Amino acid sequence: MTAIELRNVSRWYGNVVAVNDISMTIGPGVTGLLGPNGAGKSTLLHMMAGFLEPSRGELTVGGRPSWRNPETFRILGLVPERDSVYSFLTGADFVRATAKLHGLADPDAAMGRAIGIVEMAEAQDRKIATYSKGMRQRIKVAAALVHDPEVLLLDEPFNGMDPRQRLQMMDLLDGLAHQGRAILFSSHILEEVERISGTIQVIVGGRLAASGDFRAIRRLMTSRPHVFLVRSSDDRRLGAALIGRPAVNGVELSPRGLQVRAADYGAFTRELAGLTRQEGIRLRELLPADESLESVFAYLIAS
Amino acid sequence: MSAVFNPVVMRITFRATMSRKRALLFAIPAVILIGISGLLKATQPTATQWPPAFLGTFGFSVVLPLTALIIGTSVLGAEIDDGSIIHLLATPVRRSAVVFSKFAVAVVLTITFAAVPELLAGLIATGPTKLTAGIFAGALAAAVIYNAIFVMVSVLTTRAIAVGLLYLVVWEGLLVNLVSGASELSAGQYSLGIANAIAHNSNLNAHLSLSTAVILGVIVTAVTLALAVRALSAFSLKGESV
Repeated sequence: MTAIELRNVSRWYGNVVAVNDISMTIGPGVTGLLGPNGAGKSTLLHMMAGFLEPSRGELTVGGRPSWRNPETFRILGLVPERDSVYSFLTGADFVRATAKLHGLADPDAAMGRAIGIVEMAEAQDRKIATYSKGMRQRIKVAAALVHDPEVLLLDEPFNGMDPRQRLQMMDLLDGLAHQGRAILFSSHILEEVERISGTIQVIVGGRLAASGDFRAIRRLMTSRPHVFLVRSSDDRRLGAALIGRPAVNGVELSPRGLQVRAADYGAFTRELAGLTRQEGIRLRELLPADESLESVFAYLIAS
Repeated sequence: MSAVFNPVVMRITFRATMSRKRALLFAIPAVILIGISGLLKATQPTATQWPPAFLGTFGFSVVLPLTALIIGTSVLGAEIDDGSIIHLLATPVRRSAVVFSKFAVAVVLTITFAAVPELLAGLIATGPTKLTAGIFAGALAAAVIYNAIFVMVSVLTTRAIAVGLLYLVVWEGLLVNLVSGASELSAGQYSLGIANAIAHNSNLNAHLSLSTAVILGVIVTAVTLALAVRALSAFSLKGESV
């Protein structure tokens, strides 16, 4: 089943191109839409949900265009990024109202089921105004799931969540995908989605920069060259020892410490601790020098 | 029924509108209207000129339009502003049902906070007279027409209150009085025309006949609501900062 299909979709605002000629198909399973802020992820998601008209190209959900077609929401659930829910309602009221808006035959049963999936039964009778960020996110997911949609779109679902909430959300998404649903979420932080298995689509500058199996891309990312700044009790000796290792491409002494160009992120971080202990050097500081998202994404595009 | 109006949308709209701080403003024009009517009645109990002039002018050009402006831009516009509208729109509910339901809530609230106070002020000023009945009928029409206009404005622009105020001051307040013929394009005059058809009082300053007022009022209401539905069907979310 192809849940969402994009053929040469572009969207521009005046002279600014937000999404540039993207083609992709989204099927069952988890798909991560990754890219730095401003890459066009939200624009893409909004077009998929029918809240933005593509300037060019074709976009269908379940075989039909979603623009100006509210019927799309019979098979689609949307978890918007903005945290604006009707905070004067209780969680149960909100999800039940959504069930009624979908015209479901038994809104109460649907509400109970959806709230059960996100494990919010205990807090369902509290007003949403009293919820934490993670709880609000989950009640929004419950509302989006209440009509048992085949496709679920989530815009930055991990934003503002603590690590524990994030893990719960990832398990939840994985579980939903195992039921045969197509789950598409967007994120601008690569590390926060490491537990998700599935496909990823990397968007940079409005273009599809990479797409494929999540593990393959993840490996590509961790084995990429990294620059670290190391400070130790004896930088010169540590530098000499490091340059003998295959995981290290280059070493430079600087007043701030030792600049190490690692060939392999994983191997270098594993070896460094053992090496310093072996040499009797005390490690004072280890800083990744090029961890900015842009460098990660730039690397991905180049490969 | 549920094809035109959606009870869930209406209930949520009602609660959302009444739970905002703005709801405190709804009653202010009405309190002033009833207060001044009581004051005038106490000081000039037998005068017959001020009731139609005050209830017509102040009531129909200040209390009704201002209350409708605050409420009409609140029912849909406030949810568009804070983004919560997305939870209504991410469902298969027809966009026309969303607009009509919100419009209906706005009309009911405007009747409560402005048309009923006009009735009370009329009763205080003249008792159960034709003038009171006419003013109440006109106020009901004003609640319908003004809210259709302001609901449309709130879908078309994010600065609904500013645009609505500008329309009230420049168009309804200034041009309609200065330019002859402009009264045929004035929601205030449609309502006064209906009021005058019952009250028959020249101090109401009504310029339109009943049939003209009703026909034009219906057309304006239908057209503005249709435009609101059209605009909401093309509701777009802003993307990232591009």
